[in-house]
This record gives sequence, structure tokens and C-alpha cells, in this order.
Amino acid sequence: MSSTFDVVSQVISETSEIPLDQITPESHAIDDLGIDSLDFLDIVFALDKKFGIKIPLESWTEEVNEGRASVEDYFVLKNLCARIDELVAAKDA
Amino acid sequence: MRLEYFDIIDTVDVFDLENGHVEASSTIPEESPVFEGHFPGYPVMPGVLLLEMMNHTAGYLLLGLNNFGRLPFFAGAKKVKIRSFALPGMLMKSVCDLVHDGSGFCITRNEIRVDGKLIADAELTMMVMDFPSPELPVLVRERARQHGVELGTLT
Repeated sequence: MSSTFDVVSQVISETSEIPLDQITPESHAIDDLGIDSLDFLDIVFALDKKFGIKIPLESWTEEVNEGRASVEDYFVLKNLCARIDELVAAKDA
Repeated sequence: MRLEYFDIIDTVDVFDLENGHVEASSTIPEESPVFEGHFPGYPVMPGVLLLEMMNHTAGYLLLGLNNFGRLPFFAGAKKVKIRSFALPGMLMKSVCDLVHDGSGFCITRNEIRVDGKLIADAELTMMVMDFPSPELPVLVRERARQHGVELGTLT
């Protein structure tokens, strides 16, 4: 978890020019960090490359829009990191 | 090329989906209403339309990768460089390579060359969405055929 968070927070800091010390596992990417959808695409691009995965952004968006998941499930960083860990584990399985 | 209709590409010359690579070409017209303003007495292809040519080339790549089933649209550009004037009569070659195939978006690297000389390049972010109307995919496929895309090779 901590190493994934380190990578994610570093990517967010570099991509969105947000100081690292303002990024915590509890941070909400949109509400707390002010990341917009296009910035988030840049972040996903970087994370896909870093972890060798394809973050399923479209299906996440669909789940949120259809009420099957909350925005917090994917946009609170500790939850985003957990989703990334799952994707990495699935890739390595 | 009909600039005023945003019909920027004349032909798609290479459509290599396996390698994420598309090449297109277009000749800048001698006359266009665009040149009446850009610039009076000195017609120059606007840089934004060079970017648009890169966008259309990337669009064909995404159309192909999505089997012409979803509509690509231009979402962002980075590292845009307009390096030289593009003038009426010039034959432009636009090359697009897939950098990253993400979920609902792609990153592409694009170049435009004239006689081998690089005149513009950019990294584009392209997104895809479902076609907003049933007529549009038909029109897009027809336009692709006119541009020389071999739709029969698509699965």
C-alpha cells in the first residue's frame, strides 16, 4: 500500500503540480486536490505506464454513473491505490 | 483538402492497426476562404489546422482500433511545435503512432512533414465515445472510404 501510494502521489504531484505534502491517502483527487478530468487522464496514462496495467477508467465511470460504486471508491487515493494493487495482482497472477 | 469544411485529409496512405501506425497526406489548396484572413496577400496554413490534420490522422487510428464502432475526439495536445510555414501547393505527410492505448483514451505521437522536412509535431490525447446518432457512423465510414481506408480489412 505505502509503495503504491508513494508512486501515485509522486505522479499526481508531477502531473498536477501539487506539493507532495498536500497529498495524503485520505485525499479526494477531485474535491481535495482539484484534479479535473483531463488532468486525471494524464495521471492514468502515467500510472498505466508505471505499473504496466490498464486502469479501467471507462468501467469505473460507468459504475459510478449507474450508482454501483461511489466516486470515493476510485478517487480517494487510498482506494485508488487498493484498486491499482488489485490490477497489478491480477496481471501477475 | 477543403479547409473551410475541415476536410483536411486527402488520402489515408498507411493504415497499420497492428502496429498502431497511420499515415495520411494532403495538398494545401491554392485558394481557400481561410487564406482571405490568414493572411491577406500571404496565404499560410494556420497552425491550428496543422494540429487539426494531426487530430484527423489520430482519429483514423482510433476509429480503426475501435473497429469504426466509436467516435474519437480530440481532448488535448502537448509538446506542440509548429516549425515552419505550410504554404499553398505543398504536399503534407501526416504520421501518427500510438504511444498508449488506455481505457477510453489514447495518447498518440504525431508529425507532419513536407518533402521529408518536419514542419509540425505534437503529442495528442484522444478520447472515444459512443456515436451520438445512428447516421454518424455511416457518414464516417463513407468518408473513410473516400479517403482510401480499406474498411473491408476490419474485423
